[in-house]
Amino acid sequence: MDAINTGDTAWVLTSSALVMLMTPGLAFFYGGLVRRKNVLGILIQCLGALCIVSLQWVLGGYSLAFGKGSESFIGGIIGNLNGFLLNGVGFEPSPYATTVPHQAFMIFQMMFAIITPALAIGAFAERMKFSAYCLFLILWSFFVYDPICHMVWAFGGHVRNMGALDFAGGTVVHLNAGVAALVACLVMGKRHGPSHLSTHNLPFAVLGACLLWFGWFGFNAGSALAAGGGLATSAFVVTHVATAAAGLSWAVIEWIKNGKPTTLGVITGAVAGLVAITPASGFVDVRGAIMIGLLVSVFCFFAVSVIKAKFGYDDTLDVFGVHGVGGMWGAIGTGLFATKAVNSGGADGFFYGNPAQVLIQLKAVGITILWSGFGSFILLKIIDVMVGLRVSPEEEVLGLDLTQHHERAYTILE
Amino acid sequence: MKLITAIIQPHRLEEVKKALYEQDVNLITVSECLGHGRQKGVDEFYRGSKETGNLLRKIRIDIAVNEDFVDRTIKAVIKGARTGKIGDGKIFVVDLPRCIRIRTGDEGPLAIG
Repeated sequence: MDAINTGDTAWVLTSSALVMLMTPGLAFFYGGLVRRKNVLGILIQCLGALCIVSLQWVLGGYSLAFGKGSESFIGGIIGNLNGFLLNGVGFEPSPYATTVPHQAFMIFQMMFAIITPALAIGAFAERMKFSAYCLFLILWSFFVYDPICHMVWAFGGHVRNMGALDFAGGTVVHLNAGVAALVACLVMGKRHGPSHLSTHNLPFAVLGACLLWFGWFGFNAGSALAAGGGLATSAFVVTHVATAAAGLSWAVIEWIKNGKPTTLGVITGAVAGLVAITPASGFVDVRGAIMIGLLVSVFCFFAVSVIKAKFGYDDTLDVFGVHGVGGMWGAIGTGLFATKAVNSGGADGFFYGNPAQVLIQLKAVGITILWSGFGSFILLKIIDVMVGLRVSPEEEVLGLDLTQHHERAYTILE
Repeated sequence: MKLITAIIQPHRLEEVKKALYEQDVNLITVSECLGHGRQKGVDEFYRGSKETGNLLRKIRIDIAVNEDFVDRTIKAVIKGARTGKIGDGKIFVVDLPRCIRIRTGDEGPLAIG
């Protein structure tokens, strides 16, 4: 095993802090977009993910996700519980990142486990009971996130063994959260009253989206798990380029279709671009990044403006439309544009003489959708029986801030 | 001429607007206000200490109408705002001695419409 490298360790720890900041960033992104009476409800749900999933991860989540599974079929789905309270996860390097302390890799991965369920918040915003949400965080982390993470990223995981490429979590994080979000808003039903959204503070949403953009450099470039060798730099560059392309692309679509580009459109496009480049960020060059970024806004715009309107599901903040659809496109785009010229440890994609990679990517997408879809459905039904998923219609009218937390965000009088 | 002032729940505003448009009442002024009636507001917490009787957000709608529009305006507000639960609000109707349209200087019933 290699010796610990100080530069790599510094980069992984820095990246962990960057990814941590994405969850508060997400809180402001979502918080700005909901009605004024529910903004604290969003903020505290994001804080809840930080507090609860962090403990879940050291109590067993990490070990289940990255621990060695048994030799049987189950071993390709889930790890073990030997790492309870980080037992055996110390300061020597692990096989996953051979030049940084094992705990540095563990804390980096923890931040991904935190933001994934937090992403789903947007779909059931303005109507979920806080107690039900806390149960959802715990159960979903154990039964949906940890197995999918194991399948895609752990040694011996089934999806990893298929040769699927997911550099930083297109399937594990974004598609997974997007599908759970869609299932959650279908199980919970629509909000009462007017279904249109009253964005209460768009500048908050812009601030949040830009914090996400910033933190995402840790998410993607940090996933190189090393500072040197060019891979982290390449991931950093393509992440930025794809995001810029997607933000521009969304604005142009609006300009053509509705006559004016909007601020919300640019940040929605940028987030969609970040989502789509995530699985590809360690495998594509700048040409692939531009294509992935330009096209993701086309697919996501179609999803949120046409598909959602047609089927009428109340995915309040378009988690499925942006993270689900963007995650799917990212996984497929990786299969199209991946090249070993960027990452010799990866694979060539469709445009580099290996069309079969697209099929492997589609299989990874299918497995993620099935596991996340069924798993989330069952867990939400169980929670509904235990404590009820939704607040009462009266509480919904008054808002989550006052009814779930006895607080309000803003005053009219001093 | 009458001035009709309605204090309603914020989430009923869209319904009230819809009901008013159906009755051809299109000129309204909406403002945000705080208040409480019998339900005595809500409790809030600040670092563990409880504050009772905090005011609830309400919407105030002011509508100036001619006599023949008074009843249908009241009916429309009720139709849109009533949920049957405590907190639905109130309607106040007062005489309106004068009304002037700033742009033209028109006065009286002509200026209201």
